[in-house]
Amino acid sequence: MIYLQVLANGVVLGGLYAAIAVGFSLVWGVLNIINMLHGSFIVLGAYVAFFAYGLFGLHPFLAAPIAGAILFAIGYSLQSTVINRVIRAPVLMTLTLTFGLDLLLNNAMLLAFKADYRKVVLDPPLGSMFFGPIVLPLDRVAVMALALLLTYGLYRLLRDSKMGRAIISVRMDREAAALMGVDVMRMQAITFGIGAFMAGAAGSLLSIIYPISPLNSMTFLGKAFVVCVIGGLGSVGGAIVGGIALGLIESFAALWFGPEYTVPLSFALLVAFLAVRPTGLLGRRGYE
Amino acid sequence: MTALLELNGVSRSFKGLRAIDNVSLAVNAGEIVGLIGPNGAGKTTLVNVVTGMYPATAGRVHLDGRDITRVAPNRIAQLGVARTFQIVQPFPRMTVGENIAAGALFSGGARSLADARARARELAQQVGIGGLTDQPAEMLTLARRKRLELAKSLAMRPKLLFLDEVNAGLNPAEIDDALKLIGKVAQSGVTIVVIEHLMKVVLSISTRLVVLHHGQLIADGLPQEVVRDPRVAEAYLGKRYVEASRGPSS
Amino acid sequence: MRTAIILVIGAALFAALLLLGSNYAIRFATIFAMYATLALSWNFIGGLAGYPSFATAAFFGLGSYASAILQSSGIPMLMAWPIGGLFTAIFAAVIGLAILHLKGHYFAIASLALVEFLRELVNINDQLTGGGMGLNLPVAHAGVTQQALFFLAAMLAVTIVTLLAAVVVSRRKIGFALRCIQQNEDAAIMLGVNARRYKAAAFTLSALFPGVAGGIYASWVHYIDPSDVFDILLSVKPLVMVLLGGLGTLFGPVIGAAVFLVLEEAVWRSFLTVHAAVLGLLIVALVLFLPNGLMAIGRRRWRASQA
Repeated sequence: MIYLQVLANGVVLGGLYAAIAVGFSLVWGVLNIINMLHGSFIVLGAYVAFFAYGLFGLHPFLAAPIAGAILFAIGYSLQSTVINRVIRAPVLMTLTLTFGLDLLLNNAMLLAFKADYRKVVLDPPLGSMFFGPIVLPLDRVAVMALALLLTYGLYRLLRDSKMGRAIISVRMDREAAALMGVDVMRMQAITFGIGAFMAGAAGSLLSIIYPISPLNSMTFLGKAFVVCVIGGLGSVGGAIVGGIALGLIESFAALWFGPEYTVPLSFALLVAFLAVRPTGLLGRRGYE
Repeated sequence: MTALLELNGVSRSFKGLRAIDNVSLAVNAGEIVGLIGPNGAGKTTLVNVVTGMYPATAGRVHLDGRDITRVAPNRIAQLGVARTFQIVQPFPRMTVGENIAAGALFSGGARSLADARARARELAQQVGIGGLTDQPAEMLTLARRKRLELAKSLAMRPKLLFLDEVNAGLNPAEIDDALKLIGKVAQSGVTIVVIEHLMKVVLSISTRLVVLHHGQLIADGLPQEVVRDPRVAEAYLGKRYVEASRGPSS
Repeated sequence: MRTAIILVIGAALFAALLLLGSNYAIRFATIFAMYATLALSWNFIGGLAGYPSFATAAFFGLGSYASAILQSSGIPMLMAWPIGGLFTAIFAAVIGLAILHLKGHYFAIASLALVEFLRELVNINDQLTGGGMGLNLPVAHAGVTQQALFFLAAMLAVTIVTLLAAVVVSRRKIGFALRCIQQNEDAAIMLGVNARRYKAAAFTLSALFPGVAGGIYASWVHYIDPSDVFDILLSVKPLVMVLLGGLGTLFGPVIGAAVFLVLEEAVWRSFLTVHAAVLGLLIVALVLFLPNGLMAIGRRRWRASQA
């Protein structure tokens, strides 16, 4: 019986992880940039929700698109001013650059918001749902549902919209896309912006579940890495599969080995996947 | 006498696509074999399999009687198989001399860096880029890069050399020079397999012709005969070339 | 020639610094020696072979803990350090089998994951490592200045050995092979280079010296904890120092370490609250405006005049 509960927990957790990772996966899969700022973007989104709730009473679920928009603007500007300059440079350079930028952002957040952990405490609280023997906290389920909705939105955007096709064309063949009239630089900035949007919105949603602090940014980043490697880059499905896989693994690992083992285990899994199947469960795709 | 290179039923598939399909052929020491076929026929894949870049999905490859089917590419290189790349791949920020020296050092039996550098200067001279040994490789013109490729391969002291489209992108005068060079290399005892799609070129230097089409070997023999083979004509050559090559060629 | 002049000036300044005799100067010099070692070591895998490794902190931390645990089992310090280093090197060789076939981003992430994994592992196994409470090391019975000088000498010795290793590697076949691998690994393999073996050697070298340095560090500060020695900045700072000095050059890491640390001391040590931000700014400026490092400034102008 307990396995069902652990399973359910894992799936719900997995949905959250998918939301955390999908923007990261987009930027990595399309722009070939590992965005070390991703974790900080998520935290910033959470802060937006926190302050929106505290100052205006705006529910974090409603704050999500606002947080997303703010992060989009930040991401877009960063990409078009700074990151675009090194987009063709070796991996070392782009990684180091985004790491440096993250140091800046994180430090700024620490100064602005302090390191103390904040939390959005919903009043009245959402309570729990009961499915037979399984108990699911409603807030987590709601966040997971919204996160998956958000993810689905991204999927449709990439598949069906003109902008989405333009983004994919840039990934496939930059020069050909330019010849077709696509403004490559702008598309790259938009892509990065969308990644940031997803992070900000996800952060806003997660603010009711996880404590908020700039110190958490690396944790989120780490999860995003693991999800992308396990699930596979270049497809929204990859983020979902990877997220759920990680959620399940962490749930069961917590049960069998203890919760303190979840983090090292997820990193061990990361290295194992990289050693054996770096392209992940779904393999590397191109968002086609 | 064992053939220098022997392929037995070699196949290589990529995700269900058969790039080469059950190819069996033997190359004897001293030959100059022309490997031809339309684009996508599998010629470069064949070279990649023999040199160990991709493993064969079926069949066996023997070099001088020794099974090299599962041997690592750097080891195969040391055993005496060299190749040039269609898209020339030098070490861009190293000098021409260093590029050639690399071949000598890692497969060519050079005993030290100094030794390798000396050999590099000799070889650069032989292929006609002697004055450029201190230039960074990325600054060379295409024709000179091709010569650099050749020099690197020669530095490896190969028994068997695959020349993959050495003439692509060269003008007729450059091609003539390249052919003379290849002739000299053959005379020095290296067995050569030339991959080409310029018929005139391949007919003028090959002692034997092998034709690939859709990954399969469809002809193997003397140039004059292969060229007249109706299957080959059908697959690739077209009537014009068949007419033109009625005369003797060697 | 230019390099030699810079180094002589640097050495002179260094000696002058020491003659001041203050414990502050000695401490600064010890940190410099440590970072110079880390930077030189990273250069083997990151600069020469071109594989962006973030594992330096993993090796440093592993060496620290290995040496500390050995000492708490009674093994004398001067033996614990090299054994810790050897253990770290073996660890790297084994892990290398799993991750050195990866390229670019994937390799970088794997190396990063190594740091996180080891830190958490150390945290959990608190029976052995003291976990989050950290590990105390025996304090020697000697005067403060004497101790300071002793540890400076130890760190410096490792730096010199690392530098010698770098010189040897750059002159011999292995250095040549690594440069070929960095510029075109597939072509190198086709030429006969056993890339797997050479990369493993570079990775092991990039672990050995940080492993020893980690052990010395642990004894020097008498107390270590996981977030202290498995700090990602211990991977990033040496990398930045090498970028600053010149990727893949022989003395670039040393010069970069010196410049970096002087900047850090002079400019932003006082601004504790924005310490990370200033480092971030330095990194961004470096990547955008000076990707070839300081050594390349004069060189590029020289190249242009030749063309």
